[in-house]
Amino acid sequence: MDFEKLHREESGRILSTLIGLLGDFDLAEEMLQEAYATALQKWPSEGVPANPRAWLISTARHKAIDRLRRDQRFERKAEEIARTAQSAVSPDSGSEEEMFIDDRLRLIFTCCHPSLPLEACVALTLRTVCGITTEEISRAFLVPVATMAQRLVRAKGKIREAGIPYRVPSQEELRERLDGVLLVVYLIFNEGYLSSSGDALIRRELCAEAIRLGRVLCGLLPGQPEAQALLGLMLLHDSRRDARVSAEGELVLLEEQDRSLWHTEQIREGTEFVETALRRGAAGMYAVQASIAALHANAKTAKETDWAQIAALYEVLLRARASPVIEVNRAVAVAMARSVEEGLTLLDEIDAREQLEEFHLLPAARADLLRRLGRRAEAAEAYRRALTLATNDIERRFLRRRLGEIGDPLP
Amino acid sequence: MQYLLLIYHSEAEGAKMSPADQSAMYGEYFKFTQEIRDSGNYLGGNPLKPTNTATTVRVRNAKRVVTDGPFAETKEQLGGYYLIEANDLDQAISIAARIPGARFGSIEVRPILPTTQAVKA
Repeated sequence: MDFEKLHREESGRILSTLIGLLGDFDLAEEMLQEAYATALQKWPSEGVPANPRAWLISTARHKAIDRLRRDQRFERKAEEIARTAQSAVSPDSGSEEEMFIDDRLRLIFTCCHPSLPLEACVALTLRTVCGITTEEISRAFLVPVATMAQRLVRAKGKIREAGIPYRVPSQEELRERLDGVLLVVYLIFNEGYLSSSGDALIRRELCAEAIRLGRVLCGLLPGQPEAQALLGLMLLHDSRRDARVSAEGELVLLEEQDRSLWHTEQIREGTEFVETALRRGAAGMYAVQASIAALHANAKTAKETDWAQIAALYEVLLRARASPVIEVNRAVAVAMARSVEEGLTLLDEIDAREQLEEFHLLPAARADLLRRLGRRAEAAEAYRRALTLATNDIERRFLRRRLGEIGDPLP
Repeated sequence: MQYLLLIYHSEAEGAKMSPADQSAMYGEYFKFTQEIRDSGNYLGGNPLKPTNTATTVRVRNAKRVVTDGPFAETKEQLGGYYLIEANDLDQAISIAARIPGARFGSIEVRPILPTTQAVKA
């Protein structure tokens, strides 16, 4: 019995069910810890139960009832739990799997409630729905453990004190509330995929968790094309995970990636989700980004990529949300689709507005286009500027390498 | 649970309303109040006179300090409130969203701390 593995894979699901049964995050967490402790004592001598998950839930539930009975104020609550829980956790119930999934969905909506601050939603979802430890979350987001623990305590306190319910919103509220949930999932994925620092292993874990959450949402809310678009987007980005960084830990640009390292099965699945989402009318931010990702992922070479369509899709994104970062991406696509000079003109326009002075990708993109045009001195200057702004070690190494390649006169 | 729904709006904007719009607004409030009475959510509520009628009282070093005007000068002012009974925050939010003033100003939703709990705290 791999206890660590059980803990890792099942904690989120078990916790969701316990929170549902007990109506209290802290009590559920505490009782689950006690149930694990009992399991560690008993299983080695008495053998592992046939259904460890149901055993843990049932044990934690009994401990909670005992705890509440000892405190007279909660006697009624204890009897309530004793009554309702009996039928719900019967280990041989055929709908056991369904019950767990339902609990997870309810918990996701609670953790992503709009009355909680966004960063708390992200932390709480990772902690309770995904079962990631507070230490790991704090490492992933580069926040001291005490700060992260405090953030979680405050969020759980607000759920309790403000009466945030533990349920899936009604049909009328669903669309609006789902947007909040999708944003949290998207942020978890991006933190894993793009974050400028942090433990590489935990970041990969964040991507995997975000995709898992996306699957839960698509599975349970099949009529929501924006959720499908987001899942497609994440699968497509993640399919390149092994090609993005070289064996030496160097960043590899999309153009130079070894496409044989891309996970083709994942690309096929991601593309299918995107196509389904578009057919069903998805037209939001995730759908457009996913369409761009699908064009990249399905191109045999960088040259064969449909850059004209990608440039057009960036324009669609820009119309929905003016952003200089998206403008940079569009300019690069225009450079590839039409001419490098045209792309460079667009970048210079953004540069002139001085909105992106802290953002290293603008000088990095300019440097790349200048390099392609053979304007080496100007390219070197832009690379140096990008270097002073970039914070990610991998990106800094990449910029330094490029600077060396064009024969920078300075060290 | 009990929630206090605090209705904030811009008094300056409100003063510019035409009499016809104002009476339409009163009609909407009357209808809304009746609806939440019928549904059993209503516990109380009142509109407030404008902030130029407000007085703020503090006691510092056992001395009473009385100043004119509201507690804080803000862009939007507290113009009224409802005290409601709701199952949970989601129900409180959906009732708050139906307050006519939500279309112009903002509604702050605050759970009431039950007095038994307040004594314990």
